[in-house]
Amino acid sequence: MSEKRLYGLAAIFDTPEKVVAAARAVAGRGFTKYDSYSSYPIHGLDSAMRLKRTRIPFVTLVAGLSGAVLLVLFTWWTNSVDFPLAIGGKPYFAWPDYVPLMFEMTVLFGAVSTVIALLVVWLKLPRNSHPLHDTEFMKKVSKDKFGICIESDDPGFNETETRRFLEDLGAESVDSVYDEPVDISLKQKVLDPKFIAAIVVVAVVSSATTYLALNKMLLIRPWSSLNAQFKVNPESRSRFYSDGIGMRPPVTGTVARGHLPDPITVSDNLAAAEKYLVNPVLPSPHVMEVGQRDFNTYCSPCHGYFADGNSRLQGQFPSPPSLHTDSLRLAPDGLYYNVITNGFQGVMPSYARQIPRKERWAIVWYIRALQKAQNPNGPEAK
Amino acid sequence: MSSATTEEVIDYSVTPPLVEGNPSLAKINDSIALPTERWPSKKYFAALSVTLTMLLIGAVALGYTLYYGIGMWGNNIPVGWAFDITNFVFWIGIGHAGTLISAILFLFRQRWRTGIARAAEAMTIFAVMCAGIFPLIHLGRPWYALFIIPVPNQHGLWVNWNSPLVWDVFAVSTYFTVSLMFWYIGLIPDLAMMRDRTTSKVKKMIYSILSLGWRHANRQWQHYEKVYVILAGLATPLVLSVHSIVSFDFAVSILPGWHTTIFPPYFVAGAIFSGFGMVLTVLIIIRKVFNLEYIITKDHLDKMAKVTLLTSMMVAYAYLMEPFIAWYSGSPFDWYTVVARATGHYAIGFWVMIACNVLIPQLLWSKKVRRNVAVLFVISLLINVGMWLERYIIIVTSLYRDFLPSSWHIYTPTIFDFGILIGVFGLFFTLVLLFSRTLPVVSMSELKGVTEGAHPHHNFGAGHE
Ligand code: HEC
Repeated sequence: MSEKRLYGLAAIFDTPEKVVAAARAVAGRGFTKYDSYSSYPIHGLDSAMRLKRTRIPFVTLVAGLSGAVLLVLFTWWTNSVDFPLAIGGKPYFAWPDYVPLMFEMTVLFGAVSTVIALLVVWLKLPRNSHPLHDTEFMKKVSKDKFGICIESDDPGFNETETRRFLEDLGAESVDSVYDEPVDISLKQKVLDPKFIAAIVVVAVVSSATTYLALNKMLLIRPWSSLNAQFKVNPESRSRFYSDGIGMRPPVTGTVARGHLPDPITVSDNLAAAEKYLVNPVLPSPHVMEVGQRDFNTYCSPCHGYFADGNSRLQGQFPSPPSLHTDSLRLAPDGLYYNVITNGFQGVMPSYARQIPRKERWAIVWYIRALQKAQNPNGPEAK
Repeated sequence: MSSATTEEVIDYSVTPPLVEGNPSLAKINDSIALPTERWPSKKYFAALSVTLTMLLIGAVALGYTLYYGIGMWGNNIPVGWAFDITNFVFWIGIGHAGTLISAILFLFRQRWRTGIARAAEAMTIFAVMCAGIFPLIHLGRPWYALFIIPVPNQHGLWVNWNSPLVWDVFAVSTYFTVSLMFWYIGLIPDLAMMRDRTTSKVKKMIYSILSLGWRHANRQWQHYEKVYVILAGLATPLVLSVHSIVSFDFAVSILPGWHTTIFPPYFVAGAIFSGFGMVLTVLIIIRKVFNLEYIITKDHLDKMAKVTLLTSMMVAYAYLMEPFIAWYSGSPFDWYTVVARATGHYAIGFWVMIACNVLIPQLLWSKKVRRNVAVLFVISLLINVGMWLERYIIIVTSLYRDFLPSSWHIYTPTIFDFGILIGVFGLFFTLVLLFSRTLPVVSMSELKGVTEGAHPHHNFGAGHE
C-alpha cells in the first residue's frame, strides 16, 4: 500500500447564504483549486466563484449543423448516385423531402454530442474513485448541507492556515480528506488459466448460439414461414397431378420469347428460303454492335475474327472457308441466315438454340460489313 | 371530505407555494427516497399483479400473432391499418406531454413543473417504448424491420428518403434517444443522492455506476445546467416535429380523410391533449399510492387541467375544420368520408370520441372540478378513451370506404387485437410501477431548488461585502 496523501480540506456550511459568501471569500483569497458543493444548483454561486461561462453550446452548434450536412450528403449519395431512385416523377435529389430529416439529425447529433461532451470531456465522468466519495462530507452535502473543499495542490494551501480560514468563514466543521491510492497490478495475465478458460467459454457459447440461430432457429416457424407456403415449387412433388411432378410442361405450341418460328421453314425448302428471306432488321450502330459481339462469341472460334478462316481452331477442325469469296459475297442474306439456323453440311453446327432470330440477322449485317471492309470494290459493289 | 378542502379559497393573484408545508431539504430526500427503500405495500402488489396479468394477456396475443402471422388480426384490405397503427399513434402522443412538461415548461420558467417533470419524462420513455412495438409487429415479419435502416446490404438498395415512413423511423428513434438522455441527465444528481444515503452494498454499487460518480460540485453544476437548457431547447422543437411527421404518414397519402394540411398541428395538439390526460391519470395514482400529495399538489393538477382544457379546444377546432374543408373543397370523396364517419358503421365510436374529447373536458372550466381529484381522475380516463378512439376513427373510417366501392369492407377487431391492446397498457403501467419503486419519482435536486430559502438572494442582506 502506498501512503495516504492529503487531498484537501472539506468544510461544511449549513445554509446556502453561508456557502455563497464563503465561496466568494475563498475565490477572493486567490484559491483556484477548490469547489463548492450542494445537492442542487445555487443561484449566484458561479459568479461568487468567478467561473467563466461554459463553452458547451459551441459543441451543440457544430455537431447539430454537421448532423444536417451529413444527412444531406448521405441522402444525395444514396438516392442520386449509388442507387438512383425514381419516385413519383420527383428529381433524384428531392431536397424538400429531406428537410424533416435534416431537422431530426440536427437534434440527434446536437443532443448526443452535447451529452457526451458534458459527461466525458467537461466533467471527466465516470469517476467513482474520487477521494471525496464515501466521505462524511459527501453524505452531508448530498442531504441538506453545503460544502467547500480546498485541494492541497493549490499553491496557497497550508493545512493549518487554510483550516483556520475556513473555520473563520463560519464552517460548521472542517475535515481532512485523504487520497488513498489503490494498488492496481498491471502484470499481464494473458496466460492465466482463468482468462483462457473464460475465452474458451465465450468462444464455445458464441459459436454454438450462432450455429443454432443460423442453422436451427431460422428453420423453425415463424422464421421459416417464407419457405413453408401453400404453393408448388418447380422441383417439388405434386399430389395434385397424376404424374406427381410439380412443374408442368408448357402447352403445346408455346413459343419462348425471341424464338418465333420463321415464316418459311428454311430446312424444308432451302432454295426458296435463301431467295425470299429478307433481312428484317435495319442496320444501326446498336445492331452492328450486337452482330459483332455475337459473331466474336459464336463464329470467330472457327471463322476467325475477320471471317477469313484464319481462326484459333485452325488445324484442329475441318477448316471453314473464307467468307470473302465472290460467290459468298454475292449470296443473298437468306443463305447466311439459313446457315446459322441449320448449320452447314453436317460440319458447322446449328446455332438456332443459342442465338435469337433478330441477333442472327444482326450477325448477317456484321458479316456484310466485314466483307466490305476486306474488299471495298468486290463484285456486289458493282 | 374535510371542510377545509370544500371551502378552499384560492387566491390566484399570489403564486401558490410549489411545495406544500415547506419541508426541509433532508425531509425531501427522505420522503422521495422512501418508496425505493421500503418493502412495498399490499396496494402496490395488488396493482402490480393487475398490470402483470394484462401484460401476460398481451404476450399471449402477441405470441399467436408472431407464430401464425398478422392474419390473426382483423385487418384486411382495404383496412390495412387498424389497431396496430392506432396504438402506435396513441402511445407516441402520450409521450408528448412528458416532453412538453419537462422541456417546454422548463424553457418558459414554469417552476411548478418540478414536482411532476420526472414522472412525466419517465412516462414519455415508457410510452415511446410501447409505441415502438407496433410498427415492428405490424410488418408481419418483424425481423425484416432493419430494411428501413439505411445500412449497406446485399441488395445494393438504400431506403427511399422521400417516404414519410422513413422519416417516421428517424423521428421516433431520435425522440426516444433524446428523451432518454434528457431523463438520465436529470437523474444523475438524484442517483448520487441515493448512492450517498443507501446502506445496502448492492444498491450502492448500482447507484454508483448509474450516477457516474457525480459529486454535486458547483464546477459540475455549472456545465450541467447549461446542458439541461440546451437539451430542453432541442427537445421542444423535436416534440413538435415528431407528431407532425407521424401525421405525414397519413397526410402525404391521397386518401380522403387523411389528405389534409391541418394534420400536423392537429396531431400535435391531440398528442399534448391525450398526453396530459395520461399524466393526470398516472400522477393521481402515484401521489395517492406513495403519499406525495404535498409535492404533487392540487395546484399542479389544477394547472394541468387548464392545459388539458386548452388543448381540448384546439382538438375541437380541428374537428370542426375537417368537415368544413371537406365541404368547402367541393370534393365528393372528402365529403362522403366525413358523412360516413359521423353516420356510418363506426358512428358510435365517432360520437363517443366527440363526447370524451370535446364535451366532457368543458367541465374543466369549473374551478371546483379542476380541484376535485376523483372527478379529475375520471375525466382523465375518459380523455384517454376519447383520444384512442380518435386515432381509430381517423384510420379505420378513412380506409373502410375508399374510392372503389367494390373493395369496401367492414373492419372488426379480433380477440388478438384486443389482447395486444390490453397487453400494451399492462406493459406501460408495469413500467410505471417499477419505475416508481426503483427511482426517485420526483427530481430531488430540482425540488430542493424551489423550496423556500433555497437561494441566497431572498433576504440576503449580508451578501454584498
Ligand atoms: C465449329 C466451327 C464453326 C463455327 C463455330 C461456325 N462455323 Fe461456319 N462453317 C464451319 C465450317 C467447317 C464450314 C465449311 C463447311 C463446308 O464447307 O463443308 C462453315 C461454313 C460456313 C459458311 C459458308 C457456307 C457456304 O455456303 O459456303 C458460312 C456463311 C458460315 N459458316 C457462317 C457461320 C456463322 C455466321 C457462324 C456463327 C454463327 C459460324 N459459321 C460458325 C465451321 C464453323
